[in-house]
Amino acid sequence: MTWTATDIALMLGKIVLLYAIILTGAAYLVLAERRILGFLQDRIGPNRVGPFGLLQPLADVIKMLTKEDMIPKAADRLLFSMAPAMAAIPAILTFAIIPVGAPLQLFGRQVNLQVADLNVGVLFFMALSSVAVYGIALGGWASNSKYALLGSIRGLSQLISYELSMGLSLVPVVMLAKSLSLADIVNAQADMPFIVYQPVAFVIFLVSILAECRRIPFDLPEAEGELVAGFHTEYSGMRFGLFFVGEYINIISLSSLASLFFLGGWRGPLLPPIVWFFIKVGLFSFLFIWVRGTLPRLRYDQLMHLGWKFLTPLALLNILVTGWWLALR
Amino acid sequence: MPILNDIKEILTGLSITFRHIFRKPVTVQFPEERRAMPERFRGSIVLTRDPDGAERCVACYLCSGACPVDCISMAAAEGENGRRYAAWFRINFSRCILCGMCAEACPTLAIQMSPEMFHCKRQVIDMVYEKEDLLIDGTGKDPNYNFYRHAGTGVVQPRGSGAGEQAPADPRSLLP
Ligand code: SF4
Ligand code: SF4
Repeated sequence: MTWTATDIALMLGKIVLLYAIILTGAAYLVLAERRILGFLQDRIGPNRVGPFGLLQPLADVIKMLTKEDMIPKAADRLLFSMAPAMAAIPAILTFAIIPVGAPLQLFGRQVNLQVADLNVGVLFFMALSSVAVYGIALGGWASNSKYALLGSIRGLSQLISYELSMGLSLVPVVMLAKSLSLADIVNAQADMPFIVYQPVAFVIFLVSILAECRRIPFDLPEAEGELVAGFHTEYSGMRFGLFFVGEYINIISLSSLASLFFLGGWRGPLLPPIVWFFIKVGLFSFLFIWVRGTLPRLRYDQLMHLGWKFLTPLALLNILVTGWWLALR
Repeated sequence: MPILNDIKEILTGLSITFRHIFRKPVTVQFPEERRAMPERFRGSIVLTRDPDGAERCVACYLCSGACPVDCISMAAAEGENGRRYAAWFRINFSRCILCGMCAEACPTLAIQMSPEMFHCKRQVIDMVYEKEDLLIDGTGKDPNYNFYRHAGTGVVQPRGSGAGEQAPADPRSLLP
């Protein structure tokens, strides 16, 4: 495929638009989380800055940017300043392969609402989620503090364990769609979303993405009761902000992937595709917040037990059963 | 199957928190909405008057002595009728911990705790309250108490005029 000027302009336009959407999305997800958590706990949540607190994200950003940016004396300066970016960039990159709506016909050409339709999309996503582990590992290591190190060790083992069950729970989806490309996976769900065929894989994937986002009940890397703030204990100012934003971007991207793999992505009756996509992503994000408002934190051995002795074998069994079913059909 | 039980418990928890979304929040939005405080709540300090409308405070310095953070200061003065009063009386509310010791120490029930909460201020100096700010028109908690009805104000003879009594010393010129 040769690239014309229009193609490049279109691509740049999509990238800029996507950036704007996910960054505002993440900022407002923070606000939504604080308000919804408030309602879950019979409180009100932030409602002072602007109408209904809608300007709160702006105030937070100003606060983060104007805070003093400290680097501990004993820290490894290079890794310390790289780690937040390494946590946030993979989360943003994941959006490159997410189709947010049906292909449009604009001025006689087909425009995919997806920055890049990789034919190995699922692998790309798995690779990025592995790279994101480095942000946590190096952030904790470079801080040179015991809490940060403990947090990052926990984070490392947790993310690696749950990546396994997450990857294995996606194998049946790939088997059903017969493709690793996300666009094909969505197309394969034209008449029936995969959650109907793969409820077990869906549950495994859901639990694994909760762990991948390091959210309660899997927030051991930053367990504030025992580790101060875990791997980002020593971070302040906008460096901490990057970790923070990265976490919320991660929630959005994993929510969109969950809806792509199991709920048919942008497919749905009546409403336009993009609206369906946003509804599904919103539902998953709400689930994340709701679970956070409900469950207590797991103990470390329970976490490992759940991952290795329960989810991974179950996911393997699920692959086996799906294989039989596909072969016998 | 313990796992089924676990799943059931998690779903129960989720349903409970979901139902709480629709409850009315318990939050009181403070500056706009206020709760009525109990009568004995220690929110701020007032200086009260006796039933006749005169100031109760006799500038005895007991409150200032009782205060654990030393935030009350005053200067005593004496009126024509021999009745003592505070020429000025100052409470630094930026230091006050609202412990109520001053109100307990006061023999005349002049200084009393009030459930009214005062506002926060942007300048520390605005937290220093003078006598005019503290004095209220009412009698406060014990409406019929009048210290001078028990103690009396009149001095029978001028000071220093008794037999063998020296004239009052002037502390400022107390030279050896
Ligand atoms: S309430 Fe306590 S701290 Fe405040 S003025 Fe009275 S004695 Fe001092
Ligand atoms: S307020 Fe009460 S304790 Fe304080 S100086 Fe006046 S009379 Fe004495």
